[in-house]
Parts: sequence; C-alpha cells; structure tokens
Amino acid sequence: MSEKVGVYVCHCGTNIAKTVDVEEVARWAGTQENVEVSRDDKFMCSSLGQELIVEDIKEKGLTRVVVASCSPHMHEKTFRGACERAGMNPYLFEMANIREHDSWTTDDRDAATLKAMALVKGAVDRVVWQQPLDPIPVEINPNTLIVGGGIAGIAAALELANAGNHVYLVEREPSIGGHMAQLDKTFPTLDCSACILTPKMVDVGQHPNITLLTYSEVEEVNGYLGQFNITVRKKARYVNEEHCTGCGICIEKCPFTVVDEVFEAGLGNRKIIYRPFPQAVPKYPVIDTENCVYFQRGKCKACQIFCPTTPNSIDYEQEDEILELEVGNIILATGFDLFDTTQIPQYGYKRFDNVFTSLEFERMVNASGPTNGKIVLRDMETEPESVVIIHCVGSRDENYHKYCSNVCCMYSLKFAHLVHERLPGAEVYNCYIDIRTPGKGYEEFYNRLLEEGTHFIRGKVAEVSDVARTEEEEGKLIVQVADTLISKQRRLPVDMVILSPAIEARHDSKEVSLRFGMGCDFEGFFVERHPKLDPVATMTEGIFIAGACQGPKDVPATVSQGAAAAARVASLISQGTVMMEPIRASIVAESCSGCRICNNLCPYNAIVFHDDTNVSEVITALCQGCGTCVAACPSAAINGAHFTNDQVMSQLEGLLWDAQAQLDLVAAE
Amino acid sequence: MSEQFEPIIIGFLCNWCSYRAADLAGTSRLHYAPNMRPIRVMCSGRVDPQFVLKAFKEGADGVMIAGCHPGECHYVEGNIKTMRRFYLLRRLLKQWGIEEDRLQLVWASASEGTILAEAVDRMTEQVRALGPLDWRGTVLGGNGHVASVEIEKEMEEA
Repeated sequence: MSEKVGVYVCHCGTNIAKTVDVEEVARWAGTQENVEVSRDDKFMCSSLGQELIVEDIKEKGLTRVVVASCSPHMHEKTFRGACERAGMNPYLFEMANIREHDSWTTDDRDAATLKAMALVKGAVDRVVWQQPLDPIPVEINPNTLIVGGGIAGIAAALELANAGNHVYLVEREPSIGGHMAQLDKTFPTLDCSACILTPKMVDVGQHPNITLLTYSEVEEVNGYLGQFNITVRKKARYVNEEHCTGCGICIEKCPFTVVDEVFEAGLGNRKIIYRPFPQAVPKYPVIDTENCVYFQRGKCKACQIFCPTTPNSIDYEQEDEILELEVGNIILATGFDLFDTTQIPQYGYKRFDNVFTSLEFERMVNASGPTNGKIVLRDMETEPESVVIIHCVGSRDENYHKYCSNVCCMYSLKFAHLVHERLPGAEVYNCYIDIRTPGKGYEEFYNRLLEEGTHFIRGKVAEVSDVARTEEEEGKLIVQVADTLISKQRRLPVDMVILSPAIEARHDSKEVSLRFGMGCDFEGFFVERHPKLDPVATMTEGIFIAGACQGPKDVPATVSQGAAAAARVASLISQGTVMMEPIRASIVAESCSGCRICNNLCPYNAIVFHDDTNVSEVITALCQGCGTCVAACPSAAINGAHFTNDQVMSQLEGLLWDAQAQLDLVAAE
Repeated sequence: MSEQFEPIIIGFLCNWCSYRAADLAGTSRLHYAPNMRPIRVMCSGRVDPQFVLKAFKEGADGVMIAGCHPGECHYVEGNIKTMRRFYLLRRLLKQWGIEEDRLQLVWASASEGTILAEAVDRMTEQVRALGPLDWRGTVLGGNGHVASVEIEKEMEEA
C-alpha cells in the first residue's frame, strides 16, 4: 500500500501541547512510511487549520489525511468537511484522539508523548487501508412521535404542529398537562399555573396536526432515524370517545370515591369514573376498573344508566387498542418523579400528620384543589400559625441524590410567600443549605421574601419530632436544626412542616431508555449528546429529549427544551432526506460458504439467506453497522465497511509500533 | 533500582459507550495510567478474536475489550455476543499459557468515565505484576513444544 498521507498534529492551545510534545510527534510522524507531509498547528479546527489540509491536498496531492487532536465525536465532521472541500472522499480521513484519551488523562509528558505517537502511527497505518465510501440517503418521515404530555411535550408538539407537521402525542395518564397542571402559582411572577397552561392544552386537543393519544403507552420501537415503527397500546377508558360529550354527569352520579393518589397527591378524593381535573384534555373520563363496583362485583352501572348520550358512551366491553405508527423522529419528554420522603424517616412524613410534601402543599394552595386553596392542617380545618419549609430533602445529600434539584429553593420561597399572603399572621421558616436563585427575576423574588418577613435559617434539619421539652413545644412539631450562621442548635416548635423533595428520574426511565435504544445516567436521567452544545439530542439519531427527563429543571427551561427539540426535528423534516454513515456490512457472495452462522447473530434481522444460491446477503437498509456478523464469519466473507479486518489489523500494528520494535530487538539478540 | 515495567494494553472501545466513557474521563481530567492504547470499533461485537491474538502477537501485554453494559448495547445485544467470545477466547489463551488477567472485559456506559479509568488503572497494575508477555516464548515455544522462533522465521522466509 503506497499512499500520500498528510498528518496534522494539533496543539489545541495548550490543551494538548501542555502534556504532549506536539512538535516532536509531528516531526517523528514525518519520518514514517507513507507520510508525505506532517505539520503541527495551534488549532487544527480553526479555519486556518482546515485551510492547511485543503491546500496540502490540492498542492501536494495527498490521498489520505490524519488529524491528531480531540475526540472524533467532537471534530470528525469538521475535518471530513475540509477533505471534501478539497475534493477528497471524506472517508479517507482518520482521527487520532490525543486530547480526551491522552493529554487530559496524565501529567507524565514522556508517557503522553509516546502514547500520542502510537495513536498517530495507528491512524496512519489504518488510513492507508481506508476506502472511499458514499453516505446512504434516508428519507425522513415527516410525522413525529412525542412521548409525554407535560409542558415539555406540549411545547414541542405545538411548535411542530404549527409548522405544518403531524405529531402523535402519547401520554400515559388520562389527561395531558403533567406536573404543571398540579401546581398553583409559578415562581417568580406568581402567574396562575393553570391559567397559562390550559390554553396550551386546549390548543393541543384541537390542533388538526396533533393526534392526541392519552391513557396510552409506547410498547415497542423499531427502525431508525427517518423511519421508526412504533407500537402504542391505547388503554381502554370504557368510555366511547366518539359519542361522549364530556358533560360529566357520569362522574357526578358515580356513587363511590377513592383517594386520588396521582393528581391530588393523596390529599383529595376522586370518583371511580373520573377525569383527573376539571380542565382535563381530552375531556373524556376513564373508569378505574380496580375500584369500580361493576367491574369487581358486576353491579351498579350508574354511569351507564345516567349517561345522556345516544348511543350510550359507557362501554364496559371496550378493549385496549394496539396502534401502529410510522414516524421519522421521536421526542421523549417523560418528566420526573418526586423523591419518596418516607425514605428519610427522621423528617416524619407519614409518621406525623402535619408533615406535608411540596406536591401536597401545591394541591392545598390550589384554588381548585381539595381545600379550595385554604392552607390547613391534616384535619382540613385548623389554620397553622407557624410553618417550616425544609429544603433539599433527598437532594445534595450523599445518602440519596448528590445533585441539586434546581427548583426547590424557588418553590419553597413561593410557598413562604403564599403562606404570608393567605395567613398574614403566620410565622414562616425556610431551613436551607444554600439559597440558589440563578434565573431572571429569581434573586429579586428572594429579596422580596426577606422583606415579607420569612425567617431564613441556614442549616440542614436534623429531625422533626413531637417530643416536647418545654410547655411552648407541647402539641407542636419540633424541628431541630443547626443554625450555622449563629452556630447554635435551634428547636422550632411549629404547626406544619413542608418537605421539598428531590426531583428524581422516572422510576421506569431505565426501561424507557432501553425501549428507545438510548442511554440514561446513574440517576436515570436521559443522556444528551453533548451537555453544552447538543443538549436535546441523544446518542441515537432521530431521538431527542426535552424537559426534566434530562435533569431537574424549571418551567422556562423545560419549555425552551421542548421548543429546541421541535426545532431539531423540524430541521430534519425540512431536509427531507438525510445522509447516514455508510458503515454497513456486506457479504462477498463468492466467499460465503452458506453456513448461516451470521443469520441469527443480527439483532435487526438484516441478513437473509438465499436457498437457491446457498449464500447469505445483508439488506443494507436494515443493517446498522455493528459488525458482529463480520467478526463471526468463519470464511471472512463479510466486509464491515470502514472497519475492515485490514484496517483494524493495520491500526493494531501501528499502535504497537514500539512494542514490535522491542520484540524485533529481542529476537535479533 | 531497575526501571518499572510499563505494560502496553490495547483497548477495544465501542463507539457508543466505552469510547465516550474514555472521552468523558478525559474531559473530566481524570488521571489514569497512560498504558492503554484505545482503538475504536462500532460495537464490542466487532472484536474478532483474531484482533486480540494479533494484538498479543504484535507485542501487547494485555487487551481490554470494553462495551456497553449488558442490556444497554446500542446494537441491542452485540455485547452479549462479545461476552460469549470473550470467555471462550480466555480459555483458549489459558491453554496457551497466557494468564487470564491479560484479557479483560469491561462494561462502561457513556456516563461512566470513572469506571473506565479505574478499570485501566487496575488492569495496568495487574499486567505490570504479570510482567511482559513473551508471545514467542509462551505461545510458540512453551508448554512442552519445541521453541519455534526459528521455525517461525523459516516459515516467514519460505
């Protein structure tokens, strides 16, 4: 193999040059076989750096290019583009990662330089075997699947639908709205949450470009960017959506109630046939069959008897529907769960009546909630005279979640404000570790609360108890806290305690990430393609994420991500066709022995066997390019484009150039 | 004092999990042994046992295969295929007198830079303790076979 290779070693400012002797690597590379020209440059990714490559290709007739710099996940595209501009096939380019995999991982300059040489040599030896390839065009189906009908999913759905694209919005609960529908006010402006959310929900419900699938779950995902096949289970509501007018008479007439653990956070009740809240979209109720007397004992039928529509909308025989959807892109906006505060028993939740979670308090202060907005103790009538709000319950805590949940400081301030507003005489304490107010108007809101007379105590609460030591503490909840600003232990006897629990990833986020074939981190939050520059894309092409499923965030950030994900999808849709990496397997029919070992190895069923010719064949459109079949073929008849045996073997030789030299030396002795 | 032996380890890293874990380790400035030389494959399932043998033959003292955790493979189950091959191959290597620790399988997701870095450190120490792999002596000459460096040479010449 004789090629003219250009090698370019990047300083990356001092990021690489600080630990790797870049000039020496470039000089040495210039002495290696096939290398026509070798240079070093301050920033290869700059336009001047790229220009070096373009000029050398044109003037020196380079046939291959190697850049030793950062991770290919960072700049492979950049340099491939430079090669292409100079008329070279971009797949004749190879990158050596001497930053993330080398200079940043050690202070040992000699070792880092030696490793950089090995990586460069590996790339040079590999690149001479590389072959020109052409990207594979994939048509983008203009329909989009959005999973999760909270504010993130709603924002994304409306953006896409308004731009003229069809959206399938799948929501697990009977109504869209998500957590935001449960909230009363939103910080720091104190907008009524429902007032700003419900118009959006109605827009979604009425939009001609949105197919709303509530009370539904995605069961199966197949395919790839541009052409996903989705199986959705639409659970039986036992209410016929075609006939139901949403009048609500069935709900009124249902004789039984149960505690609503979902929407009312256990603080209120709902009927057995119910809609989660009055402004629910869609308006059709659902029957909770586990508690329904008719489903359990075959009697009652009150809802059907009183249903005024003809034909009757109540359908006890309704069954789950399985829908098959074809979409080009997917946005996951599955939201969050709240930390289970009973895991910290010393804070007394479920042990003491008057310890509430933040979500319970949200429902309580909500005018349409179980107390009609009155702040009362668990007896539902006594107004508290003093309230403690405990921050960071399960957040910033080595034992539970190390991260900051982002929104608790702000809503805890909001709670304090609402208590001041509704119970003017009440004392309010905020026990915090640090107050974090990094948003527009947030710090001002904090200052406002300081002026309103909220007591701020900097310290982690040790425990909440009901054991009184003084007369003053009798009948109260006592909050024991170290006030670190005055270095004193304090005991606060109060009537009500509100816990601000950590925001957690959904309990089933792992399963969801597996179903969609993308990643989630230790905590269960979905992983973005790049934390700064690509925050809504995932490692899997065609799958995007938005909102709290990616990490704790407030409403403005969630809405921004929803819109951002929609914009990313819209850009793919308007491209119509996108180019995919041509990394695919192919079988050389002449070499295939027809053993069929590869047939069952392929997870995509992309390999078919031809009985007539007795050979296997890879269907290129289905192949995803993993190379498992390539490694398994006993006849070496399968070619893995861009990762051929020759390429990998040569790279190995290059990577081990010094070891090989050593072995030769020993052998000679 | 004699110079410390620095083993060379070839690391096959899958594009989606472990390569990105190594990227993350670097981005987070986690310091670990510079002895592992990474080679990117799309999936750990692409690692042909021949690649591992080739690495040993070319002078590597250890080979690490790193992929996504079982059940998290970007290609559904490529890593499960890897696991099958890995155990078979390790058994074969053992019969040739190559210590088990010289071939290791590591699972590291894209967010697990620390796990990858720790695995490299651990393996480097283990292989350092084993000393250099003498492929020609161990595989071609050891185990009661005739020392065959000459034979190999003759074969190459022929």
